[in-house]
Amino acid sequence: MTRNNQISLFDRQLVREAIGQSFIKLNPRLMFRNPVMFTVEIGTVIMLFVCIAIFLGAANQGSLTYNIIVFLILLTTLLFANFAEALAEARGKAQANSLRKTREETPAKVIQTVGEMYLNEILIVPSSQLKKGYVFVCESGDIIPNDGEIIEGLATIDESAITGESAPVIREAGGDKSSVTGGTKVLSDKIKVVVTTQPGESFLDKMIALVEGASRQKTPNEIALTILLAAFTIIFIIVCVTLKPFADYAQTPITIAAFISLFVCLIPTTIGGLLSAIGIAGMDRALRANVITKSGKAVETAGDIDVLLLDKTGTITIGNRKATHFYPIKGVNQQDFIKAAVLSSMADETPEGKSIIELADVDPSTYKISKPVFIKFTAETRSSGIDFDDTSIRKGAYDAIKKLVEKAGNVFPAETGERVKSISSNGGTPLVVAENEKVLGVIELQDIIKTGIQERFERLRKMGVKTVMVTGDNPLTAKYIAEKAGVDDFIAEAKPEDKMQYIRKEQQSGKLVAMMGDGTNDAPALAQADVGVAMNSGTQAAKEAGNMVDLDNDPTKLIEIVEIGKQLLMTRGTLTTFSIANDVAKYFAIVPALFIATIPALQSLNIMGLHSPESAILSAVIFNAIIIPLLIPLALKGVAYKPIGASAILRRNLLIYGLGGIIVPFIGIKVIDLAVSLFI
Amino acid sequence: MNNEISGIIALFVVTLLLAIPFGKYMAKVYTGEQTFFDPVFNPVEKLFYRISGIDASQEMNWKQHLTALLSINFIWFLLSMFILMNQGWLPLNPDGNPSMSPDLAFNTAISFVVNCNLQHYSGETGVSYLTQLIGLMYLHFVSAATGMAACVIVFNAMRNRQAEKLGNFYNYFLKSCTRILLPLSIIVSALLVFNGTPMTFEGKDTITTLQGDSMKVSRGPVAAFVAIKHLGTNGGGFFGANSAHPLENPNYFTNALEMFSQMIIPLAFIFALGYYLKRKKLAWTIFGVMTVGFLSLTIPTVIAEINGSPAIQHLGVVQPTGSMEGKEVRFGTAASAYWSIATTVISTGSVNSMHDSSMPLSGAMQMLGMMINAFYGGCGVGILNYYIFIILGVFISGLMVGRTPEFLGKKVEAREVKIAAIIAILHPLLILVGSALAAYLTANDTPMGWWFNGNATGWLNNPGYHGFSEMLYEYTSSAANNGSGFEGLGDNNPFWNITTGIVLLLSRFLPIIGPVAIAGLLANKKYIPASAGTLKTDTSTFAIMTLAVIGIIAALSFFPALALGPLAEHFTLFK
Repeated sequence: MTRNNQISLFDRQLVREAIGQSFIKLNPRLMFRNPVMFTVEIGTVIMLFVCIAIFLGAANQGSLTYNIIVFLILLTTLLFANFAEALAEARGKAQANSLRKTREETPAKVIQTVGEMYLNEILIVPSSQLKKGYVFVCESGDIIPNDGEIIEGLATIDESAITGESAPVIREAGGDKSSVTGGTKVLSDKIKVVVTTQPGESFLDKMIALVEGASRQKTPNEIALTILLAAFTIIFIIVCVTLKPFADYAQTPITIAAFISLFVCLIPTTIGGLLSAIGIAGMDRALRANVITKSGKAVETAGDIDVLLLDKTGTITIGNRKATHFYPIKGVNQQDFIKAAVLSSMADETPEGKSIIELADVDPSTYKISKPVFIKFTAETRSSGIDFDDTSIRKGAYDAIKKLVEKAGNVFPAETGERVKSISSNGGTPLVVAENEKVLGVIELQDIIKTGIQERFERLRKMGVKTVMVTGDNPLTAKYIAEKAGVDDFIAEAKPEDKMQYIRKEQQSGKLVAMMGDGTNDAPALAQADVGVAMNSGTQAAKEAGNMVDLDNDPTKLIEIVEIGKQLLMTRGTLTTFSIANDVAKYFAIVPALFIATIPALQSLNIMGLHSPESAILSAVIFNAIIIPLLIPLALKGVAYKPIGASAILRRNLLIYGLGGIIVPFIGIKVIDLAVSLFI
Repeated sequence: MNNEISGIIALFVVTLLLAIPFGKYMAKVYTGEQTFFDPVFNPVEKLFYRISGIDASQEMNWKQHLTALLSINFIWFLLSMFILMNQGWLPLNPDGNPSMSPDLAFNTAISFVVNCNLQHYSGETGVSYLTQLIGLMYLHFVSAATGMAACVIVFNAMRNRQAEKLGNFYNYFLKSCTRILLPLSIIVSALLVFNGTPMTFEGKDTITTLQGDSMKVSRGPVAAFVAIKHLGTNGGGFFGANSAHPLENPNYFTNALEMFSQMIIPLAFIFALGYYLKRKKLAWTIFGVMTVGFLSLTIPTVIAEINGSPAIQHLGVVQPTGSMEGKEVRFGTAASAYWSIATTVISTGSVNSMHDSSMPLSGAMQMLGMMINAFYGGCGVGILNYYIFIILGVFISGLMVGRTPEFLGKKVEAREVKIAAIIAILHPLLILVGSALAAYLTANDTPMGWWFNGNATGWLNNPGYHGFSEMLYEYTSSAANNGSGFEGLGDNNPFWNITTGIVLLLSRFLPIIGPVAIAGLLANKKYIPASAGTLKTDTSTFAIMTLAVIGIIAALSFFPALALGPLAEHFTLFK
């Protein structure tokens, strides 16, 4: 979609930055946030002291080289974990920065004020110095310097810099399309815009702060998982500490290096090291989809969504209705009817009007008419048309034309009434055409359901997400479209309060609801929804109320967001499983190695046939360290989500990450041992 | 197939077939539906409630449940301490046995209150009949009923969509005693009496042996005691030799009956869960996991025992019946091996053979059974222990399917995970730290002063790996509230009485408080209807997940300890 979606996983610039950060993150005060890796750091420091002690002449702890190697591997383990986090941060920041760059240092034409009064003076100010409440002017060709709300005027704007969508959009003061985004370009007209955010407090700024870690808060599931990982760590502290007296009883001296190696191997360092990277990558993936999240929690909640409220227009159907059929009444020639329909739509700029001409497939200028007068649509007449010579053609809603016809003393044909009914019940909208107050026939307009949308709803259904279509259409039409598109439920003739009520009702029954909205009157519902996605083109109020902002203004984005949330949780779960399953092999590598000298019979437990106690221990810690960078791509990209039902996903992930987690380290440790034994 | 093996298979099948309808009956009892015993027990229960001023219809929240449970247990502990320390002068003491020392009384009282029955004394000389009946047998009933009531509280929490109140503790407790334990006890003890188990208040009998010597034989109200010790998964024997004693367990039939008795309620509880929650599939899933676990411990043990010891073979002795050391000829190796696993996984702790003499691999399996402590498990508490593993399993697999973890429509969040984690840590903590302390003292041969008469190595009768196993077994048995012992250990002294006493206390009540608290918290949460994205907990996939969680948390943390004890012994023996 947009230009910056493809930052390669190990972009050189980012890697360099992340490597630097890996060392900075060794600071114990930063480490403390991650209990698993913090204990590894303690172990590393102890190993450092052990090395110093051996250097100074301490005995019985093995050779200095061996200890230094263990120390270095542990240090590497820490750096790898830090690197994962730093890389995720760097990627997120790079992503956000490239969005932010578009709006930096753009000159802004600020209108000077004295008190409440606007002066005619205009001062050029760099965008970075724009403060909340400033009013600036943008004319055609200007880049909008900052996010804001139009207070005066109307303009066509090219938002492709942000959304990647090349078609220009119209933004105007008042109403739901009054927001403009910094970095977008005004194509025509002139607008006055008031700055709505303080410098450094835009959603993007907030998002960058979230990614950078300073204000990153752990999400509820992340907290629970950290507790579980801490519990595993405590269990393995107990296992390792109590092993000392056990070994004393068995009269087996165990070196400190061996103890610390066993401990570091057993605690879930893999998931511990990757946990925060996974969380950041989740937000980053959202940003990649051009969604700004206001908190990590929102992404996580998205994975739990049970109900999706989707607006019909734009999500389920392509923007507008299209003409699909011409139905002339008996006695009227098809060609004549089409001609009347086309003529009445010649000046009609609405998409519906254009679609009539498209369907007719004739160039209106080939109909030679003189001095046409175009009659615009008004709310009063609810019809539009054309007058020329002594002909007057009108097209409009059924009741409007009926009134018109009957007022002139003509009969409204029963045939037309029936046609109108049948079109309505098939989800279409009928437009009646009359010439000189006599009905010629009916044009059928149909909603065009987006291609592939049924499959998407099917996919959502398999995920366990219920889809609800929200539309202003009458229940009959709504039902027809809902069935055709395959949504589970619909709200017809929807008013903003209806959305709100629906959300409340679902929430009361324990479900989590997501919705997308743009208007100010959507704001309460956006705030009420568990995941509220505001369109970037929407009003400031809507954007404040939701917990995500979609830069693309794409209503189908909700579906992607749900998948991103699920991916986030799944990645955590599978890597936890993998990490813990690894322990089986590590036990079999280290435990025999510890005791083989005094209890030779325990050689039977050395099922991998590792070369020597030292090589076994080194292989286990090396495996433990390198598995972290090997899994970074998975952590950042996320485990692929397939909507195949919870049990099937569990079976699949258990097989890959559970069974795989048991088998892979057996192979890995053995291979590393073969390599290590060449040197020992 | 070998007769001995067919015997144990038949026994398991019969127990299972009876457990299913009995589980249904238990579910009826707890839901308050009409049962066969209502006319008999309704008036009795009413009388109890009137005397004690309890309104059994008043529902309690989880905190009130725990308060009731803990306070009533504390009173039993005090009562039992009093009887044990004063039995010497109290009535019903025909053999004139002395009062207990404070540390032994502390250990004994706790171990009976917590349904463990570690028994650092011997029944023949250590306690009077009054103690057996009022100090101990009474606790057999109430301690089992405590666990059962706690389990029903958790059932309630699982069943209700959203509720704070989870029934009345006293109601479940009393019904467990009157409707479940008592009727079964009467049947089992009657069958035991017919097979020769004594039931008398007379003191020691004098008999003349075949050699013509005269010999004193202890007896007492044994049959009643033995019945409930199994039904309530208590395990504390009337005599020191427990169910290996010919008067406690006279023949193969009584052996089968006692095996049946200890397994029936834990098994039936699983099915009761199915009927109570109307989730039979969940019950069968749990049963499946537990049975796979049980069999994977039983089969190696039976094989190890039937094959006998290579050390004995080496002496040129043939072992047609397997490893018979420490076993009773009337039961044989297979039934003894089967019993040794059943009694350790089910936290009964009664023995019909000496575990100290089992093959080292069997010893490892027996310990593993107690370290896991959730394959069937004790009355009620087995399911509570398993519940913790379900919560942990649900949490990890919930994440794996991309959804905030849920169990039966309730979100499992940080608080529940925290409690489950604490309980999961507790078991290895108590076992490993206890054993480490003992190992440390032994390794340094520390003089023990008041704690033990002499140096620490004095309490070991066996050196090396086996000595380590004995100490490990003792703490494992305490932490699992099992009560069986590797009897080679000199454990009746302040050090062992007090340290194991503390382990007993912590490992009984925290694993009850934890699950009840989690269940109470979950019950309070909003019910989330299931969707296609919801993880189902009654599938074979989730069963495998739970088994893996149990294997990795409960079994792996003991791998180094087991490697130094029974595994080292095993591999040395079979070099």
